[in-house]
Parts: sequence; structure tokens; C-alpha cells
Amino acid sequence: MNEPTSGTGPLFTNPSADEARAFYREKSRRLTDKIMSVKDAVTRFVNDGDYLASGGFGTNRISTAVMHEIVRQKKRNLMFAGHTTTHDFQILCAGNRNGEKLLSRVDSAYIVGLEARGLSPQARRVMQSGEVEICEWSNYAMAVRLRAAVMGLPYLPTRCLLGTDTFARSAAKMVECPFTHTRLAAVPALYPDVSAIHVHESDRFGNCRIHGITIADFDLARASKRLIITTERIISNDEIRNRPDATTIPAYCVDAVCEVRYGSYPGNMPGEYFSDERHLKEWLTVERDEQAYDAFLQKYIHGVASFEQYVELCGGKKRIEELRAEELLEKRGKGA
Amino acid sequence: MKEYNAMELMICVASRLLEDGSTVGVGTGAPCAAAMLAQKTHAPDLFILFEAGGLAPQLPMMPISVGDSRTFHRAIMATSMGDIMEACQRGMVDYTFLGGAQIDAYGNLNSTVVGPYEKPSVRFPGSGGANDFASFCWRTMVITNHDAKRFVEKVDFLTTPGYLTGPGAREEAGLPRDSGPYRVITDLGVMGFNTETKRMQVESIHPGVTFEMIQRNTGFEIRKAEHIGETDVPSEMELRILREEVDPLGYVINR
Repeated sequence: MNEPTSGTGPLFTNPSADEARAFYREKSRRLTDKIMSVKDAVTRFVNDGDYLASGGFGTNRISTAVMHEIVRQKKRNLMFAGHTTTHDFQILCAGNRNGEKLLSRVDSAYIVGLEARGLSPQARRVMQSGEVEICEWSNYAMAVRLRAAVMGLPYLPTRCLLGTDTFARSAAKMVECPFTHTRLAAVPALYPDVSAIHVHESDRFGNCRIHGITIADFDLARASKRLIITTERIISNDEIRNRPDATTIPAYCVDAVCEVRYGSYPGNMPGEYFSDERHLKEWLTVERDEQAYDAFLQKYIHGVASFEQYVELCGGKKRIEELRAEELLEKRGKGA
Repeated sequence: MKEYNAMELMICVASRLLEDGSTVGVGTGAPCAAAMLAQKTHAPDLFILFEAGGLAPQLPMMPISVGDSRTFHRAIMATSMGDIMEACQRGMVDYTFLGGAQIDAYGNLNSTVVGPYEKPSVRFPGSGGANDFASFCWRTMVITNHDAKRFVEKVDFLTTPGYLTGPGAREEAGLPRDSGPYRVITDLGVMGFNTETKRMQVESIHPGVTFEMIQRNTGFEIRKAEHIGETDVPSEMELRILREEVDPLGYVINR
């Protein structure tokens, strides 16, 4: 048996359940009004050096507005959960330029690629440079790490990772089942310092509804110490109470509620608008040319005050209407 | 003689391997096209799972992302990644379809780095859900182009498990019993795995291709299966459905 019994990858966060309980003991459960701007939410709840996680699935129901604001505010030395991350990761990589370092450590299950669209040149530059410390995982292993946190446990066992270099470069450990004596990979609980999740509806207190697949957001919301919600729409608390079975995230998980219409753009938002393949392709293309990329970031992120201006620059309501027709299959998607 | 390209042949071959009523975890691109084609031909009740939470959709068109709205269009449930992967882990999923930058004789896949890990010449996305699917699903299938740079003696990084180092190695590592690589479909032929040695072997050769061509494009010694045949070419009906209904914009078949 020449496999390691312990992965050699770095463990970036403390999996202690008691440390987490001490934090949650102090976290407010009150139904207070948490509405604020994205700018204020990022200023208040994202600190340099934090461990950050992003909800959704890379180009689907992502909190683009929060990712842009983190880059705009030049946050530094963040750790990041690279769990099914594609365009969200690509945006954050814009902060690792000209000697500045937004990302310093990444738990990597899926990074640098945008699925069938190809690899991001900027994300590759950042991840091949050696300036970011990496720990390898699989998507499900990361989901299980969040589940352990949700359960208030320091770890959970799983049957993925076993026998591979992904295990060897992870921070997982091999354990033996006390009942069946089979080998399992124990993965440590992950309690992100702060996460951003985009939802369809939220009330002022942060009770949220998500339509469609939830990916890992049910668990991410509960595992995160602080949570910024961006929402397509604010609804009343009465509406939430009339259909409590529709709530995905309860308010006591949430620290900030930001109303951001089209907040997943250029990503897909189920039932609302499809992904803007034209604009995503522009990102991938412009990253090849350093000068053009600088101008692009200036135009779309650093040079605008808010996400609303960015959506305007990308074609505004007219473009969104086209993407809405694609989403609703009113015409066959032309994609890229 | 019908005209078709290598990708169309690969998709048709892959599609025929999916029985009606079976369950398959797929990614975007060729695997998804194969699953869609199967659903529109011999396997209307093919049960497709997408890792982000789409459970048994009726795909209206090819998804761009494994988490986009198409992946749960007219699905029986829009659920979570945990729910999908746990269905795989408890043994409910028959097949998965994967790709990768490198594959070795035991069907181990690399989608993490080419070159040394600390200083890679290329950083790829990593496992994503591939390690999970290949650990948990009963049979792993791979669709990829066939050349000696991809088919290597040893993968630079073992992202996703095949038969690891050979017979018994998966079980020894703790992976589910009786699971592992099943077919590798390339532009030259269809490969399987020897039941004794767990090494890749040629099961069928595409028309116009020779065994020597396959060996030349494989960076490890590859043998013939006991019974080796010529791959059945795509039928008129398969090609029509593939071109008109599955991938009318040519995202995959004209890449």
C-alpha cells in the first residue's frame, strides 16, 4: 500500500465544531432589516484575509455584483472556495494583477475553466504563477465539507478522492470505518468567513427563495459565518410566511440583503434570463491581451460605481430582454 | 456511403451504449450529445443526471453549462449537487461519461495539470465532479480524441480514478466494489478493459482505421480483445437526429 494516509495539501480553515459553535452563539437571530447596498455589504462583511465562497454554479445564479465589488474595493489576501467556480473565479482573478494579490489561497475543485467555453487566460496566469497556494478537492468533496459544517461536525467521511493524486494534494485523511472496516476519505468541515449567494426573492430580513437547482447553496448558506444575499426582488415577510415551504435560506443565516436586479448577469438566472455568451466570450478573448484587458476592467469594473452601470454598459434592459427570450425558449439560443 | 465526421461517429457509438431505463451522469459537450441522441432514438427513458442538480430532464437543446436552466428543463426534480452525487455514491447510477487531458492504460484520468504539479506547464480546471462520478458510478465511459500525447503510460496527475494500479487496486483504496472504467470511445476505435489485467484493450476499430494506427497513437502497449470487430457506422436516422435536433448549431459536431 503506497498511498498516503493523509493528503499533503494545506488546510486553510479551522474545522473545529466548538470554535464554530462559539461564533454561532453570538450571531444575531433577530429579524432585523438587513437591506443595504452591495458596496456597504462588501465594506462591512468582507475583510482582507477572509475565506470567501461564492454560491451558484460558475455561470449560473452567481452573485456577480458582489464579485465585482470585491475587485473594485481591492480586497487583499482572500482565501477562496473554488467549488464549481467559473466566471465568478475569473472575476476575482482580475484582482491579482500588477503585483496586487486579491486571492492568496484557493481550495480547488473546479477553477480556471468556463466549462465548454474554454480556459480563462487570466485565471491560468494567476494559478500557474505560483503566487496562490492551492489545495485540491473534488466538487462533491467540497459539498461534503460544507455539509459537515452545517451538521456542526468537524468532518465527514466519503468514498470519493480515494486512490488518487487529488487525495494526495488535498487535506483529507484516510480513515477506517469502525463498523465495516472499509477505507474512507475524511474531509474537514469548511466554515467560510463570508459567502455571497444570489437568489430570486428575499424579504427585508433575509428569508430567501431559490427557484430551480440549489447546487450547494442550501448548505453554503448555513455553513457560512457571514452571508451576503443579492436578490432579484424584495418580497414582503407576509409572502414568505404564506408559503414557508418555499423558503430555502432562513434569515438567521443572513447578514446583508441587497436588491440587485439581473444580479447573476452575465450568468444564467433560472426562469429570468439566460447567460450572455457574447459577453462571456469577450472576457475570454480580452484576457489574452494585457493592455486590452486593463482597459476592459477599467470600463466595466473600476470605472463604474455600481453593478447597475455595468449592466447598462452591456446593453441594459434591451439585452436582458433578449436573454429572457432565450431563457424562456421563445427563440432558439444563439449562444456564442 | 453516408458522410460523417469523427465526432459524429463517436457520439453515435457512445449513444448506443446507453440502454433505455439506465441512469447516466453526464457533462456538457460530446457526452451530453450522446445522452440526448440516445433519448431521441432507442432510449426515451434514459435517466440523465447533471451534477449541479438536474434530475432526469427532457433536454430541449444542448446545455452550455452542466448547471444551466436546460439541465433541469421538464426534469422530475431540480435538486442539489449533494443529492445527485449521493445517488451515485449509494449505487443508483449506472454510467458516467467523462473526458480529460490524459488517460493511461488503467483508465486513470488527468484534468488537473500537465507538467510538474508545483510548476505546471498548463493548469486545467481540476476534478470538478469527475473524481466523484468515476468513484461512484458503476461504469465509467470516456470520449476523447486518440493520440499518443493523451494516451500516456503514466498520467502527470491522477485526478480521477480508473483501475489505479491494476486488479484489486480500487477495492484496496476503498472505492466501491465492481465499479470502474468500461469503455473509451475515440476517433480511432472503441476500447474496453481486460477483466484479468484491467488494462485497456481494443474492442472495435472504426472503418478505415487499422490496429497499427491505434497502437501508434497510444503511448502504452495496447492489445486486442478476444473478439475484435469493426465499429458500426452511424445510421441515416442517427445522423439526421444528431444534426437537426441534438446539435443544430454544431457546437459539438462541427467543433
